This record gives sequence, C-alpha cells and structure tokens, in this order.
Amino acid sequence: MSERFILIPGRTAKQGCGISEGKFGESYQSEINSLQMAPADMQQLGLSSGDRVRLYNEQGEVTVAVYAAKGDELPPGILFIPYGDLSSRLMGGDTHGSGMPTSKGLDVEIEVLPRPPAAS
Amino acid sequence: MSHETTTAGDLRIVEDATCTFCGCVCDDIELKVAGSRIVEAKRACVLGTAWFTNHEIDDQPSCRIEGQPATVEAGVERAAQILADAKYPLVYGLSDTTCEAQRCAVGIADWIGGIVDTTTSVCHGPTGMAFQGVGEVTCTLGEIRNRADFVLFWGANPAESHPRHFIRYSLMPKGMFVPNGRKDRTCVVVDVRKTKSAKAADLLIQIKPRSDFEALWVLRALAQDTPLDAAHVEAATGVPLATWVDLMQRMKHAKFGVIFFGMGLTMTRGKHANMEAVMALTRDMNRYTRFVCKANRGHGNVSGADNVVTWRSGYPFAVNLARGYPRFNPGEYTATDVLARGEADAALILASDPLANFSQPAREHLARIPYIALDPKETPTTRQAAVAFTVATYGINVSGTVYRMDDVPIPLRPAFDSPHPSDQVILERIEQRVRQLLREKASR
Repeated sequence: MSERFILIPGRTAKQGCGISEGKFGESYQSEINSLQMAPADMQQLGLSSGDRVRLYNEQGEVTVAVYAAKGDELPPGILFIPYGDLSSRLMGGDTHGSGMPTSKGLDVEIEVLPRPPAAS
Repeated sequence: MSHETTTAGDLRIVEDATCTFCGCVCDDIELKVAGSRIVEAKRACVLGTAWFTNHEIDDQPSCRIEGQPATVEAGVERAAQILADAKYPLVYGLSDTTCEAQRCAVGIADWIGGIVDTTTSVCHGPTGMAFQGVGEVTCTLGEIRNRADFVLFWGANPAESHPRHFIRYSLMPKGMFVPNGRKDRTCVVVDVRKTKSAKAADLLIQIKPRSDFEALWVLRALAQDTPLDAAHVEAATGVPLATWVDLMQRMKHAKFGVIFFGMGLTMTRGKHANMEAVMALTRDMNRYTRFVCKANRGHGNVSGADNVVTWRSGYPFAVNLARGYPRFNPGEYTATDVLARGEADAALILASDPLANFSQPAREHLARIPYIALDPKETPTTRQAAVAFTVATYGINVSGTVYRMDDVPIPLRPAFDSPHPSDQVILERIEQRVRQLLREKASR
C-alpha cells in the first residue's frame, strides 16, 4: 500500500557544509539521504525514525531513511529532503519552457519497506 | 592597501578575507592560516567556516583524462579537441569562480559556436525572465541594512542557506533610519514549512504548497483595493483573507519594505509567473511607500555570472552563440533542456555539479557525451568527465572579483597558494588552443 505526499527538496546548513567537506563524505551523504516527515504522518504509517521507505513518482524512485521532522516544522502531507542526488532522481526533464525543472512541490508516493529482522 | 599582518609563530592573519560560499559574500572574515591550511575563520558562519577550513591542499593530480592522471598540457589539448570538434557544445556552470574566469568561459562558447548557460537557470532563471517582463525595483543590501523597517522572506530560508543574512543586512543591524535594529523592523516569513527562518520572524504565514502564485495575486488585488471572496482566498491559499489583509496593511504602512525571495518561488509551480507577480507586487507597493525586492542568490558568484554573461552577450543566461550572434531563450538554450533533449554533443562544465543536481534525463545524457570539468574538489561530475581539472579555489587560493547578491562587486583576498592552476589559467589555455584548432580547420 502506498501513500501520496508532496516532496519539498531544499537547502540545509548541514548539506551546505557537506559540499565543502566533500560530496563523497559521510556527513553530506547521510544528510542528502535523510527524508523528513511530520510526526503525525510517521505515526499514521507506523514508522519509526530510521525506517526505510521507497519514494517514487513517474520520474524515478529512491530508497531513503525517514526521520520525524522537529516540532511542527512540517505540516502533515509534506515531506522534506535536502537537495542532492536522491531529490534530483525524482525531478522530470521538462522545464515547461522556463529552463527550470519543477524541483520543489513534487508529487510522490511512499511505500513503507519492511524492517530488516533484528540481529539475534 | 595591505590586508595581511603576521603574528608570532607560523600563523598568518588575512584580514577582510571574502567568503564565496554563498551570495552574501561576507568580506569581513579574519583568517588564521597555518601553511596551506586555514585553521580559523573569525566571523564566518557555519557554512563559511566549513568552506574555509575544508579547502586544504590535497595530493590530487591537477588533471585526469578518462580518470587517469595526466599533465595539464595533455588535458588542455584533449579538452580543446573535444570542444573544437563538437557540433552543439554546451558551456555550463560559471557560478563558483571569478568574473575573470567567467569572461573567458563566455569567450570559449563564442569561438566554438556553443551555448553558454549558468547555474542561474536552475536557481533564479525564472527571476531573470521576470526582470525582462516586469522590471525590478531594487537597491543594495546596504540600503536595506540602513532603511528597511519591513522585511518579508518568501520561499527563502536564509537561516540555513545564508546564515549571516539577518545579522549583516536584513534584520539585526542598527541602521541609519532603523537605529534600534531588530526592534525597528517587522519580519514576516511566507513559506509552506515552518523553517528555521520562521522562528526569527514576527509573523509566519504558512501557505498551501504550490499556491504562491495565488497568494501573490491576492496581495496584488489587496494593493489595488479590489474586493475579494474570503472563501475563495482561503481555499486557494490555505490562509484566511483576514491574514492577507493584515499583511497588506503592514506593507502599506512600512517606511521602507523589502521582499527577499528564494527558490521556494522559482522552483515550484508558477516559476517565472510567480516571479512576475513578486516584481509587480513590489511595483504596486511603490504607490504607497518605498518598496524593493531582492533574490537571495545561492552561489558565491552567481550574480557575477549574470553580470559577465550579460555584458559579453547582452543576455544573462541561456545564450546560444551558434549563429555568430547571441540568441536568448530559456527552455530552449538552458542547459538542463539541451541535455534532457539529447542535443548537446560535448560540454565544458565549470564550477558546478550537474551530475548531482540536474534531472535524471539530463544527467543520463551528460554521462553519455564527452565533457570537460573544472572543480577544486572531486564531485560526481568530475568523476565521469573525459577531462577533469583540479583547480585552485577562488577566494582561498585565487584573487579576482565576485559580485554579491545585490550586484556589488567585491575583491577577493586569497589566503595561500595552491599547486593547482586557477580556472582562469586553464580556460585561457583551452581558449588559445581552440582558436588554433579552428583556424587550422578553416584553412583546410
């Protein structure tokens, strides 16, 4: 079963620092691979921070770890991800004559992935 | 005028160094330099500190051809061959290097009859289009610092993207006509998220995603005293009409208002139509008071790229030089379109990382064609380049000129030398060799 959300890719200070530290470094990679979701949506989908979800639309798909947004930073139905390789995979090539691909406010579906079995 | 003093021991101090990480271009940074490493960047924000302290001299070769270490001479030769042989080459990026290097990049595009486009096209390209459609009522950040008593951020989050924006220019400074600083200013944030910037504001107006165009036109209607249907307004924007009326009252009563806008407007539904609405609203407000608008520009010299490409070609980005004269058409000559449609057959990528930031179709095509990349650091784009140059970092190793986000030119004061050549040096050599190759071709 999947749920529909609106995805907002954007800048974060940690992502910005990661550019200077190196794009193949752990800090940058962990930041651009972290999806933020409203706590109420996390609860409704039975998700805990660090769980993995498949995020997809007609342009592509990515697998990403999901975390609860702090406080009320995100309203329900909205997701946030720092700009990077993953967010670009969900952007279409059409710019509607503007040169600018629609890079924010992307319609995406989420599929909750099963948790790996706990180590014994 | 010297900006450098020496302290005891091996530490050198560079005073009034310029940070080129973001468009704020803070030029009051004091650097402590130990050999080829900056150990402290006084007054820099979190982004500036990361910028200054993570550009050490590494042992990367200055050039790689197909991933293998090569001499710069061999790299220049291969790069020139690729560009001179191309039928529809693209020169792209330009926003994180000096104006001097940008000038040379436009020259190469001209010689090879290619397209020159900058990262503006995927950040404030829609703003550039609206400048031409509506015009810009604007000013410098210095005027805002000294005069603005009403500051609106729309789709912008400077607390994360431009951390010293509030302190240096927009909110906190005690200015000539706002002597009490923050107390004399009203700050409003319009956004779909409760961002970190919203926490610094007096008022957050949290709109529905993708309703910026409607919200801006609600304000335009209120500026004209046009009656509006409250139910329609709330359904379209997610915000009650009374909130918009209150905002308009605050705007009308300001002595000097400014709208700072970010990519929350340019990258979302509406794009250049959103930007036309911002600029028209700003113009509307000048019937009541002094009002300006400004883009919060991201890269350190993206404003320089707009300026240099404009004074060289007449247009700010998306310029096609294939016919020997410049043609401008966003959507047709913008880099992401030229790549996503599979048109470009070679590229010169300068100071940008399209293989990380472009749409998937554009990235797939770029990965298929031969291209040259210049970057101080290894990126997804440099890793797949036919020829990759590791270059010295502007502002840290390279002097020159950059433009702040308000189009004020600022000089760079580098901290230490790099063993790698600058963008400008590489580009000048490529340009020289391309011209030779084209002359040889023409004489055959």
